[in-house]
Formats: sequence, structure tokens, C-alpha cells
Amino acid sequence: MADVDTQRDAVIAALDNVAERLTAEKSYLTDLDSAIGDADHGSNMQRGFSKAAEKRDEFADMDPDDIVKTIGTTLISNVGGASGPLYGGSIMFASQELDGGITAETSVAFAEAYLDKVKDRGGAQVGSKTMVDALVPAVHTYKKSIEQDDLPPLEALAKAVDAAERGVQFTTPIKALKGRASFLDWRSVGHQDPGATSTLFIMEELLATAEEYLDGDVERDARAADAVRRDE
Amino acid sequence: MKKLINEPGDVVDEMLDGMVVAHPELRRLDGTNVLVRGDAPVDGKVAVVSGGGSGHEPTHAGYLGDGMLDGAAAGEVFTSPTADQLNDMIQAVDAGEGVLCVVKNYEGDVMNFDTAAEMAGMEDVDVEQVVVNDDVAVEDSLYTSGRRGVAGTIFVHKCAGAKAAEGADLGEVKAVAEKVIDNVRTMGMALTSCVTPDKGEPTFDLGEDEIELGIGIHGEPGTERADIMSADEITEHLTENVLDDLEVGEGEEVVTMVNGMGGTPLSELYIVNRKLQSMLGDRGIETWDAWVGDYMTSLDMMGCSVSVLRVDDELKDLLGAPAHTPALTVAEE
Repeated sequence: MADVDTQRDAVIAALDNVAERLTAEKSYLTDLDSAIGDADHGSNMQRGFSKAAEKRDEFADMDPDDIVKTIGTTLISNVGGASGPLYGGSIMFASQELDGGITAETSVAFAEAYLDKVKDRGGAQVGSKTMVDALVPAVHTYKKSIEQDDLPPLEALAKAVDAAERGVQFTTPIKALKGRASFLDWRSVGHQDPGATSTLFIMEELLATAEEYLDGDVERDARAADAVRRDE
Repeated sequence: MKKLINEPGDVVDEMLDGMVVAHPELRRLDGTNVLVRGDAPVDGKVAVVSGGGSGHEPTHAGYLGDGMLDGAAAGEVFTSPTADQLNDMIQAVDAGEGVLCVVKNYEGDVMNFDTAAEMAGMEDVDVEQVVVNDDVAVEDSLYTSGRRGVAGTIFVHKCAGAKAAEGADLGEVKAVAEKVIDNVRTMGMALTSCVTPDKGEPTFDLGEDEIELGIGIHGEPGTERADIMSADEITEHLTENVLDDLEVGEGEEVVTMVNGMGGTPLSELYIVNRKLQSMLGDRGIETWDAWVGDYMTSLDMMGCSVSVLRVDDELKDLLGAPAHTPALTVAEE
């Protein structure tokens, strides 16, 4: 991506978009969480990202990686529970990968570092019915699209969002093995995982922001589209 | 349900304010729910810290002071403290010798301490962590992967704190903490549910004639509901599970703890201790010391837990070493 000012603007725009989206989806995420968790995921995520977005004045002179790090630490302070470390701690940790600015290469490194930290901290794998079920296919798809298929970042991101969406769908029929939902054992089957869902919403907003800043529209996979809707 | 509180949201803040006035040797870090020893950081000493949800008083801040903890972070009731507050605590108590975090095995606590350790590591503080998992009742629970950390944690605070006070390095303090964790087991039971300030009503329903066996410390239901039994029968159940899991036998020495859950009078805890000690005697196990009292509670829950710690000469020295804290004092010999 272009110069540091544009990158900073893009990061702030992405944060605004995510905060706005999570505000809109707050009740939906909390409804999902009340089925298999402790019914606070929507309000926790909304609070965390909104607090981060309120820091826009501090961001004016910061490098993009420092802004991303600050978003992480703000989530840690304000989201609470296990989601604070999982979302915020992982963003904070992965922000180091953006030290040299935001490029196709550093964005892949960021995504991988974020995924590694989430897996490491939460101890979940694909199939545990957690955010990892959305993240793993998304990050793998993004990396492959950029490194092997040589796609432009915008198209790679669109494919990654599609992969995340299918990952979210995959959480519905399976049994939870991690987190509070695992206590429900078979009763967790049939419920979509709230963490995977919020992860998808964040990625969709990153894509929308990227479309704006990388100047293009991308087609989403029709199979994935509309499968995960809050008015479902 | 009647409670001696103002607003439910102010419980932790007001409790901490009251606590530092009662114990002026403690200090609250500005803008946080963290208490530290007033003289922290202590030069030349590894710091030992703990933290977790509130509602377990005197855990955690009750064990702050010479010979035990340097810092204690209070989360909201039954909720982990956030990682940034834990990081603030770690930074405040580090004297350059490193910090040992004693964490109870609950997912939120473990993840927030992990994140805090990472944040402190970015500031070049040497941080190590041990995870206490002494509860024999469960392998996985509502809040955990693996066994929960419960009242045995206090023995970890005591021994690690004493080791640090001796001037041991971070690795040695951690090793002692792990030795305690390897040798302590606990099981708890409830006669009633507790009532959290937020909810204002019992967390689980328990009939007049029912008890819960295998509870944790968050008002979560136990692993088994049973009809009310006598104190001796309850003690037998808890103790047998603990001793079998610890695989402690004839000729070995132990320290025991009968811990009240907050709503049970001392008289009843002593009745439990009486049966516990007679069972140990029958098995040829020698009690070096017996602790009885409210060490790690669950708000106003009625009930108790039984802990047994296998001790050797090193652990006996550390348990007997001086400590001066609001909740536990061991005098100089």
C-alpha cells in the first residue's frame, strides 16, 4: 500500500468500520453466545472496538503498526474474559509484523502471527468450535492466494473472507471442545459459534475497507454469501 | 436476598478502598484494582504475585506482605482481572529479579496472565508462571480445561513467598511452587449456593435436604448432588478422594487445610478437621500442621474444602517461615 499517511488512514477507517459493524451486530452475537456461552460476547466486542475507535486523536502521529498495537492493548483492557487476550493479545503480538509498513508480505505475516497466537493461547484446533474454525481457513487461503497464486491482496482477502464464512458454517453442526460451550457437550451441537462469527464480521469490514483503499470491487463467492446473516 | 452492599457494580472498588484503610501497609495502584505491598518493589527479591476474580476473600490481597505475595490483582466478582492490570501489577513489583505469577487453572485467568506476561516481557521484565490445579473433583469444568485451581493455591503462595524471601532466584522460586502443586490435592462441597452481588439470587438451586459434592469456587454446581449427610460422612467422601488421588500413604507427612467457603462457622470446620485427622491417623499418615479457617471462599456459600499437601523438609521449612499478611501471620521462631 502507499505512503504511511494513507496506511494510517486505512487502519483508522478499518477500525471505524469494525466498531460500527460490531455495534450493529451486538445483539446478534450476544444471542449466539447466550445459547452456548455466558451471553456477553456481543457487548464485550462492541465495547472493546468502540473504545479503540475513540482513541483516534492519539493515532494522528503514530505509525500503522503502533496503532494496531494500541488497538490490541485497548481490547485487552476493555473486552475482558478470555476474549480480551484472544482478540486483543493476539493483535498486539502480531502488530510487530507490520513494523515495516503494510504490504502484501507483512499482511500475510500479520495474519499468521495472529492465528498462531490465538491457537497457542486458547489451545483450540480446527473442529473445536471456536474462532479458530474461521481463522485457519481464512489465513491459509490468504497466504496461498498471495504466495502461490500471485493474486492481488484485495482478491486474496476476498477469498479469505469466503473461507472464513464457510468456517463459520462449519461450527454449527459440531460439538464444542473448548471454552464454556464445551461444558454443554452434545447440547452445543446446532449452534453457530459466536467467536467464529465475530471473526468473520471483522474480516468482512477489513475487506470493505480494503476495497475502498485499494480501489476496487471484488466478487464474493456466491456459495458462501448469505449463509451467515444476522436476520436469519 | 439481603447483602451489605451499595451498588453491585461498586463492590470490588469499595472493598479495596476499605481494605487499604484497614491495612495501611498495602497500597493500591492508581486507576487499577491492584493492591501491592507498600514497600514494593523489594530490592534484591523475586516478586510473587497472584490474582483472579473477587469473591474469594481473603484471597487474594489478604496474602500480601512479607513472606508471601508482593502483588494481588482483583477482577470483578468471579471474573479474571484484565491483562493490562496484571501487567501494571507485574511492573510495579519487579525489582529486577523477576516475577512469579501464581495462576489458578481457569481459562480466563490463564489467558490474561499469559497476555500480561507477554506485555511485561516486551518491557524486559522476567516473568514466570505456575498454574495451580489441585481440585480432584473434575478433569474439565464450566471454566477450565483440566482441573481447577482451588484452596491449595494458598500453600503455593506461602511456600513460593517464603522461598523468594530467602533470596532465591526466579527459577528456584518457580521450582518450589511447582513442587507444592505436584503434592497438593483438594476437594470441596457446598451446603448452599452462593449469591453474587450482580445476580442477587442463588447461582444454583439446592433443596433443603441436598448438598453438592465436587464444587469449585465460582458458585458452579458440583459434580454430584447428594442427600444431606453427617459431617463425618461428608469428610470421609472428600478425604478419601483427595488421599487416593494424591497417593499418599503410611509414614508420609502432610499439612492439611479445612477451608470454609465463606458461610460456614468455624465450629463446623473444626468438626470436619476432627474426622479428617482421625482418618489420617488410621492410615498411618502423620499431620505436621493442620490449617482450619476461611482461606479461599466463595462469597457466602456454606460448605468447605479439604486439602492435603505432602511435605518434605524443604516445604516444612517454607511453611514455617515467617509471614506477615492481613490473613495469615507466622511469627519468627
